[in-house]
Amino acid sequence: MTPSDRYALAAVVLAALLTFATRLAPFVLFGSRSKVPPAVEYLGRVLPPALMALLVVYCLRSGLWTMDIRTLLPQLVCAALAAGLQLWKHNELLSIGAATGLYMLLVQRVFI
Amino acid sequence: MKTICKGRIWRQAFRRSLPVLCGYLFLGVAFGLLLQQAGYGPGWALLISLTVYAGSLQFALVGFLTGGASLGLVALMTLLINSRHLFYGLSFIRDFSAMKRRKWYMIFALTDETYSLLLPIREYPEEEKYPLMWAVAVLDHAYWVAGSVLGGLVGGALQANFTGIDFAMTALFVVILTEQCRRAANRFPALLGGICGLLALILLGQQNFLLPALVAVTGLLLAFRPLMGDKNGQGGEAS
Repeated sequence: MTPSDRYALAAVVLAALLTFATRLAPFVLFGSRSKVPPAVEYLGRVLPPALMALLVVYCLRSGLWTMDIRTLLPQLVCAALAAGLQLWKHNELLSIGAATGLYMLLVQRVFI
Repeated sequence: MKTICKGRIWRQAFRRSLPVLCGYLFLGVAFGLLLQQAGYGPGWALLISLTVYAGSLQFALVGFLTGGASLGLVALMTLLINSRHLFYGLSFIRDFSAMKRRKWYMIFALTDETYSLLLPIREYPEEEKYPLMWAVAVLDHAYWVAGSVLGGLVGGALQANFTGIDFAMTALFVVILTEQCRRAANRFPALLGGICGLLALILLGQQNFLLPALVAVTGLLLAFRPLMGDKNGQGGEAS
């Protein structure tokens, strides 16, 4: 196994273990008790949308940081398309597919 | 005691999981393709989708592998991207515990999509709900693995240009966010998350902003808790 393969394998194993750990955590922390602390329950409700917004910013970070129109514009346009289509048709596959397709087109043909 | 027909359970699980079949096949193929383009073939796609089983993280992982990111960064990003899964289990503590040895797989397989499919099944009668939950979880995982391997195989064969296909991950997050923001109660947290993210990005740069932003938004959400009408499931839930 090449060194780069070893690195890749280590990264995969790490990602797998930590992913399992995050999914396991609530069972370990609250499995035996019957009552989840109200603050934790509250976070369980409000963190997911906050995190999603944060992750969207993360995905758009390079365009936002450099403010390079060639990177930022296709990203913003296609993100808006995804959101708009989702609100209109409520079809995740359509929204993701169309936005990704348009992005690939823009990035390959329009914004070189 | 009513005997449950296994075939019926699997057929029901299949019907319920059809939207995920489409989504996971498409995204899985995208992932497999992207991975193949980065120099990691279908064997890697099989391994990663089998063991990590986390869509958004897997896409980010391709970027890490290509860029030679440090294992520390991989660890941090895994925890951040999957941190929302910390809360999924809360809804299933009792149900999964009742599934005995199968609970370990159920916990492992708790992705966004499987989580949302399992939520309504909690209302089912006991003899039905556990086999059904199991079948749904297994099917979802199978779709994902199948898509990834297919993408890896196809990527090697096709000569097309797949540049930009990783935008699927951004699109996925945007779509999930949009769905969440349809509920009025989620809009303020989402806004807060976006603002914290942007501010942190401006102040700390691309590499270092995510963790501080996460800490800040968690702290702010807790600080705002009295204003959010936090009473188990009530207050601000109208939508």
